Amino acid sequence: MNYSMTSLIKQAFQGHKGWPVGWRDPEPKKQYDAIIIGGGGHGLATAYYLAKEHGLTNIAVLERGWIGSGNVARNTTIVRSNYLLNNEIPLLEWSLKLWENLSQELNYNVMFSQRGVLDIFHTNGQRDEAVRRGNAMIMNGVDAVMLNKEEVLKQVNIIDPDNGRYPILGGLLQPRAGTARHDAVVWGYARAADRLGVDIIQGCEVTGFLRDSDGRMTGVETSRGTINAPKVGVAVAGHSSQVMEMVGIRLPVESHKLQAFVTESVKPIIDTVATFGVGHLYISQSDKGGLVFGGMLDGYNSFAQRGNLPIVEDVAEAIMMFLPTLGRARLLRHWAGVVDMTMDGSPFICKTPIDGLYLNGGWNYTGFKAIPGAAWCFAHTMVHNEPHPYNAPFDLDRFSQGRPVDATGGGPFPNHH
Amino acid sequence: MRIPCPLCGERPLEEFTYRGDAKVKRPDHDAPIEDWVGYVYVRDNPKGDHQEHWRHSGGCGSWLTVNRNTVSHIINSVEEARQTEESRISEKTQEKKLA
Ligand SMILES: Cc1cc2nc3c(=O)[nH]c(=O)nc-3n(C[C@H](O)[C@H](O)[C@H](O)COP(=O)(O)OP(=O)(O)OC[C@H]3O[C@@H](n4cnc5c(N)ncnc54)[C@H](O)[C@@H]3O)c2cc1C
Ligand SMILES: [Zn+2]
Repeated sequence: MNYSMTSLIKQAFQGHKGWPVGWRDPEPKKQYDAIIIGGGGHGLATAYYLAKEHGLTNIAVLERGWIGSGNVARNTTIVRSNYLLNNEIPLLEWSLKLWENLSQELNYNVMFSQRGVLDIFHTNGQRDEAVRRGNAMIMNGVDAVMLNKEEVLKQVNIIDPDNGRYPILGGLLQPRAGTARHDAVVWGYARAADRLGVDIIQGCEVTGFLRDSDGRMTGVETSRGTINAPKVGVAVAGHSSQVMEMVGIRLPVESHKLQAFVTESVKPIIDTVATFGVGHLYISQSDKGGLVFGGMLDGYNSFAQRGNLPIVEDVAEAIMMFLPTLGRARLLRHWAGVVDMTMDGSPFICKTPIDGLYLNGGWNYTGFKAIPGAAWCFAHTMVHNEPHPYNAPFDLDRFSQGRPVDATGGGPFPNHH
Repeated sequence: MRIPCPLCGERPLEEFTYRGDAKVKRPDHDAPIEDWVGYVYVRDNPKGDHQEHWRHSGGCGSWLTVNRNTVSHIINSVEEARQTEESRISEKTQEKKLA
């Protein structure tokens, strides 16, 4: 059933009892043309684009928990393409273009809201960086606007204007950036993929890989038995190292934790996404009214999906410093996700040394925005056995060949990106 | 999380700086390039016990080798990195002597 005004009215008269399920719950088949491991944003979207763009419909997505149990439902949903490097902007901008039409494309309201992302700076050095990045964006056809202090304070009028330690000097705004609804992205892609024939198999953990005598990929071992396929795409985010290790591939990745916070609902007080140049602080307001914000990584390898208290304190301090009016807002929830931090802060969307095995991972804490664009490129790579120009820079060989994509210049320290 | 520094006792996380995988070892000067790439970029990333370097930067300043579980965060052992290195070297020379 297509979701539309007519179907809504029809269902309303039937007491909303006739809505069909969003996607089936099939038994795994013995053989598929392609398997995607991981039912997060990237896995589901890859299956959708394989079916939609390349006509490959005999596909399964294998998810060990339930779809959307990973980072895709734990993130703060910022979607932007305000990047610095010429080899990263095209991928993110392509992704943003797909976001702009995603609700129509999927026939599912992903609540993409182009409320802008405003990066506020506090020092002359940060201003120089913002000018440079803004120019790089404009030269790549991305929208970027410099705001002065008055304009920043007008747009976000809850900021303390007289911060002595970190004055507000201005901000770099990307008007087309914004936020989306995380669950809706999962469910939208899942339903759209399922409608094209993709089997979404939950509660199915991949425990090993099967290869023929030439070393080519032939399938996977799972908690629900052996499943065969000549092409396997890995999209397991925080567990990229674990899954790739099953075939003996070690990655330049450390798994770290990133926390996020949400307050009780309050009246609308901020209608954009504001980021600050201190402690990675950023904040937006959800449609329900909760203030959603976060800060830095916890900073050490971890697979615990819970955060530590020093970061809670850090983030609260930063909030009080810039947005003192929120001092009495009560925290409703805070949580953490396991993010696969790479040695240059950039992802992998690529072939691997094993024929028929492909990797989409290393998303750091920035992979939500990239879901449509990266999955589109990943599907292309799996079908053509070649990257699309947008994802060509994001291969595994870039480290040994001396071309890491390191926008911050942080070096090979995952907790510094 | 608190780390028991062998010199200062149990201290809060905020006093420590994380460096990461304690098993990476600088290759010999003329080692093949793959070894150098591995040294700079590739890491063990276990879901479980992890041997890692921390510095007690807000305390005595010592470099420590910490054995910590990355799921439970339980710390199984802490010793000065220097000691670990010394015992490694003495083990190595012992092995050589035996061989
Ligand atoms: C707190 C926080 C805030 C963030 N904020 C933003 C943001 O504002 N903007 C942004 O762009 N990005 C953000 N991110 C990053 C973003 O959430 C991730 O990069 C992205 O969701 C990762 O891709 P995914 O959706 O495919 O991952 P996931 O949703 O984690 O999907 C991976 C799936 O693989 C499954 N899996 C793992 N191992 C196996 C196995 N062996 N067999 C079968 N299945 C397996 C897991 O169960 C999981 O469901 C944030 C992350 C966190 C934690
Ligand atoms: Zn000490």
